Amino acid sequence: MLRYISRRLLLTIPLLVGISLVSFLMMHMAPGGPIGAGTDLNPKATAESRARLKAYYGLDRPLHVQYGRWLGRMATLDFGDSFSPDGRPVVEKIRERIPITLTINVLSMGLIFLVAIPVGVYSAVRKGSLFDRISTVAVFTGFAIPTFWLALLMMILFGVKLGWLPISGISSLDHESLGTLGKIADRGRHLVLPVLLAGFGGLAGMSRYTRSNMLEVIRQDYVATARAKGLPERTVVFRHAMRNALLPVITILGLSVPDLLGGSVIFETIFAIPGMGQLFYQGVMSRDYPLIMGILTIGAFLTLLGNLLADVGYALADPRIRQG
Amino acid sequence: MSGSPGIGRDFARRLLRNRLAAAGGAVILFFFLVSALPGLFASHDPNRIDIVNILRPPSAAHPLGTDDLGRDVLARMVHGARVSLKVGFVAVGIATVLGLLVGLLSGFYGGWADAVLMRFVDMMLCFPTFFLILSVIAFLEPSIWNIMAVIGLTGWMGVARLVRAETLSLKERDFVAAARAQGAGDARIIFRHVLPNTLAPILVAATLGVAGAILTESALSFLGIGVQPPTPSWGNILTTGKDNIEYAWWLSVFPGLAILVTVLGYNLLGEGIRDAADPRLKGR
Amino acid sequence: MMERLRRAALPLIALMLLLASCGGGTRESAGKGASASDVPAYGDAIVEGSIGDVSGFLTAVTTDASSHEAAGYVFNGLVRYDKNLKLEGELAGSWEVSPDGKRITFHLRKGVKWHDGAPFTSEDVMFTYRRMIDPRTPTAYGEDFKQVKRASAPDPHTFTVEYARPFAPALASWGMHVLPKHLLEQYSDISKSPLNKKPVGTGPYRFIEWKTGEKVVFDASPDYFEGKPYIARVITRVIPDQATMFLELKTGGVDIMTLTPPQYVRQTETADFRKSFNKYKYTASGYTYLGFRLSHPWFREKRVRQAIAHAADKKALIDGVLLGLGQEATGPYKPGTWAHNPNVRKYPHDPERARALLAEAGWKEKGKDGILKKDGQRFEFTVLTNAGNEARAKTAAILQQNLAEVGIAMKIRTVEWAAFINEFIDKRKFDAVILGWNITPDPDQFDIWHSSKTGPKELNHVGFANTDVDRLLDEGRGTFDLEKRKKAYFRIQEILAEEQPYVFLFVPEALPVVHHRFRGIVPAPAGITYNFVKWYVPEALRKHQVQP
Repeated sequence: MLRYISRRLLLTIPLLVGISLVSFLMMHMAPGGPIGAGTDLNPKATAESRARLKAYYGLDRPLHVQYGRWLGRMATLDFGDSFSPDGRPVVEKIRERIPITLTINVLSMGLIFLVAIPVGVYSAVRKGSLFDRISTVAVFTGFAIPTFWLALLMMILFGVKLGWLPISGISSLDHESLGTLGKIADRGRHLVLPVLLAGFGGLAGMSRYTRSNMLEVIRQDYVATARAKGLPERTVVFRHAMRNALLPVITILGLSVPDLLGGSVIFETIFAIPGMGQLFYQGVMSRDYPLIMGILTIGAFLTLLGNLLADVGYALADPRIRQG
Repeated sequence: MSGSPGIGRDFARRLLRNRLAAAGGAVILFFFLVSALPGLFASHDPNRIDIVNILRPPSAAHPLGTDDLGRDVLARMVHGARVSLKVGFVAVGIATVLGLLVGLLSGFYGGWADAVLMRFVDMMLCFPTFFLILSVIAFLEPSIWNIMAVIGLTGWMGVARLVRAETLSLKERDFVAAARAQGAGDARIIFRHVLPNTLAPILVAATLGVAGAILTESALSFLGIGVQPPTPSWGNILTTGKDNIEYAWWLSVFPGLAILVTVLGYNLLGEGIRDAADPRLKGR
Repeated sequence: MMERLRRAALPLIALMLLLASCGGGTRESAGKGASASDVPAYGDAIVEGSIGDVSGFLTAVTTDASSHEAAGYVFNGLVRYDKNLKLEGELAGSWEVSPDGKRITFHLRKGVKWHDGAPFTSEDVMFTYRRMIDPRTPTAYGEDFKQVKRASAPDPHTFTVEYARPFAPALASWGMHVLPKHLLEQYSDISKSPLNKKPVGTGPYRFIEWKTGEKVVFDASPDYFEGKPYIARVITRVIPDQATMFLELKTGGVDIMTLTPPQYVRQTETADFRKSFNKYKYTASGYTYLGFRLSHPWFREKRVRQAIAHAADKKALIDGVLLGLGQEATGPYKPGTWAHNPNVRKYPHDPERARALLAEAGWKEKGKDGILKKDGQRFEFTVLTNAGNEARAKTAAILQQNLAEVGIAMKIRTVEWAAFINEFIDKRKFDAVILGWNITPDPDQFDIWHSSKTGPKELNHVGFANTDVDRLLDEGRGTFDLEKRKKAYFRIQEILAEEQPYVFLFVPEALPVVHHRFRGIVPAPAGITYNFVKWYVPEALRKHQVQP
């Protein structure tokens, strides 16, 4: 097992190098190169900041030297200063925003796990039933619906018309004055819609995947054997079929990291949630190149992490993988 | 040989019998018609501004209402269909061609080329796709061509893996060995024997890919970095819808529905093709 | 995000600097119970909605409106604009201008303290001045201070400045926020000092906290020299989306915000809304224009520019983009202000006249697609405007239709702001642009119209060069005599109207809305927030309990 993990870890090194290369190339693809700074109409400030940035990026040096410096800086997560008016270091801005994005994504993964898997299992076990058919329709609709549209509709319905849930931000104005329980409840209420929307696409995918896996597993010989042995249906389902069907699920959860991150751009912007996705959107709109590159790279790291965890989880569950 | 007429006919028969897939196909055909013959469906000029009729609800004159500059929503949606389809097809075209090339080369030649290409695929897959698309568009600028290229260039990896898997398994099959024994060169084997057998999964991936591309384009346009106004796109009509959501429901509902139905159609067709191509997997 | 190019503007005039025609703006809808024990009471909090987040609190080194607005709660300048947009003293109790116009002596108020208790003196003003001209300070507003020949602080409550020549905009420039010397002198670059994130000023409110991307909180300063403000706390919430902000307003999460025309016209007319909120309407201090690159072979011709001015349907623009909430702009000054010349040449919507002028300029034949041709070229050009601004996009769409009517094909290209400025404006790579300017209370617009300001990154990006206007600009800023200035600026407007380097499009109305519980709001030419420290909430209507 340890050998498997260490082998996997070693494999990530070329990936990291590749990520740095792609990021580096992208930065230089931008018009005006990594600079392109100075959105003020202040000639003097612009000239100074341009000079500073030129030195920082070493733009007068040959390309491979620049790349070397970029690699070194990337390793320390030093992405430079943001181009936005506050000019703070990119990594600092990202660090403030990551917790909330991760919280929402982890919660939505939990949601997916808790809802999609039972739905998928039940649909498989009761294949062809009304439940199965309805859930299939729901799943397909879920695949096809644009999440930003759904977000708007839900905001109007739950936020304005019914007034049940707050429609923006992550805490109320008087958050500080609430007790601990109150604070948790307040955060919770603010997170309901974002988490629901973040998980929505994943819900559909996961339940479908679970269903098809279950179906495949159910048809297998060992299930037939278990049935033939006269074991109650429930044991058959839970003990034998589900355990094997669940294996890929862990992988899927790990692999869904990039999609969740990407989706966060949309719903964080719509719900005014101060997370990494909203920061990224603002960076894109204001062509804040250091910020864009920073978030892109960190997003890649997180995805890599998710993949790694997924593979490890898969190996843990399935001994066949571990051997080789 | 690959793809004898009997298999093709069975495939078609199975596909048509699948009602959901047929429905999907009908939807797709419908939107094809709409974008090919806009005049048939919309009588107004999509860019004709009419200040007097700003934000009118659906009526006889304007079946889907007017937008915030008095332009006919139906006409704009009809032209938006064109945009969506164009983006979907070109983007998926790019992705498919690229994915095919990489997958075929990787699977067929194996060894060193395979290792390098697959590492490259893994690396590309490390970047969250939407982030990558947004970044590239930030570096370039939002134009319909850039969007098509970017969606295509960030979506080929899945196809590549698929094609590689198929190629790997096909490589070992008898008919390939037979062809080789007959003295067929690599290129001939790849293009005449391997490629046709990968068509089914590619078709599935492509169909589902169009659906995804349409969703992505509409999300980009909604965020303001896709198709720029005044060119209509379902996504950017929804942006206006969001800004006027409380009193102009038609601007939000119809484009959203159109996206939903179109994407659903492609998804159903894609699933149908998958089922029809491999009846062993009928259980799915 | 900056949506309009702005000249070195007075940061003080952040909140809604507006001038309507005589008599101030209008308020619509009476709030509930205007009589309910309308006694000023201390307490409650007001929540402001803001699209952009603060980037720093030191006005000298920031350029965005959100930052300047926030800074305005904490800092003061020597002077400020009163309700009628005339300069009055803030930290300066009074001042004198010498007869030759070259020296201004400010008499500073006594007994003013910084929020940390230290006394405010002329040393702070001198320090501020020195930093404004210091090359280590990354400021956009240094130009006006560089005109100072000599500054002196003879005693702790007197500050004198001398200029080489009389410089009328000088007085207004001293509205710049004064910096605390004792807290900043050890930093060579004030933008890197902690004060930029945790400001200490002399203003009506003290800084409490700043949660980036979320909110800024200020509490009333008990020893503010004009008296402690009634509203105990100000919270600025960052909500980057206008529609979401409006929803927040309705559900009580925001008390004051600026409405868009559709929100004003369509979403705020219900009885329920009018019971809970007061809407206001003022002529805003800004205008939108279509600017031509004057070196372009076609736009070099005055007749072409005038033709386009006639082709543009300004009423349609106002009705379509502003839903009627605005007025036509005829020049770069705000209607109703003393410098505005109402009698310049106007360009009513007249496609016939437009076509005639174009024909005179050689554009006579029409191609099969209805577009004019000359020497084998179609009259087609691209107009640029910044992305993400719905009003500009709509303006462009309407103009496109207007111009198509007279045979001109105008293509629209929206570019994101930073690229817009860097790639196109600064490098002068455009045919035409749709942009806007803020209108400052002081009528000096040297930076925009003088022929010396046409270098890259300078503000005369269309390349306007007119020797008469150059002379008049110098005259206008070189005297404190209002009548002489007015004459100069009136003549400038006549020339601009004739030459049409811009097609001046419209001046919008500003549309603030405030929750009804806030009293003391008196609409005036300067807007509604000039007397913010006097706003209050009657005790009975108080919503928030503010713990100090």
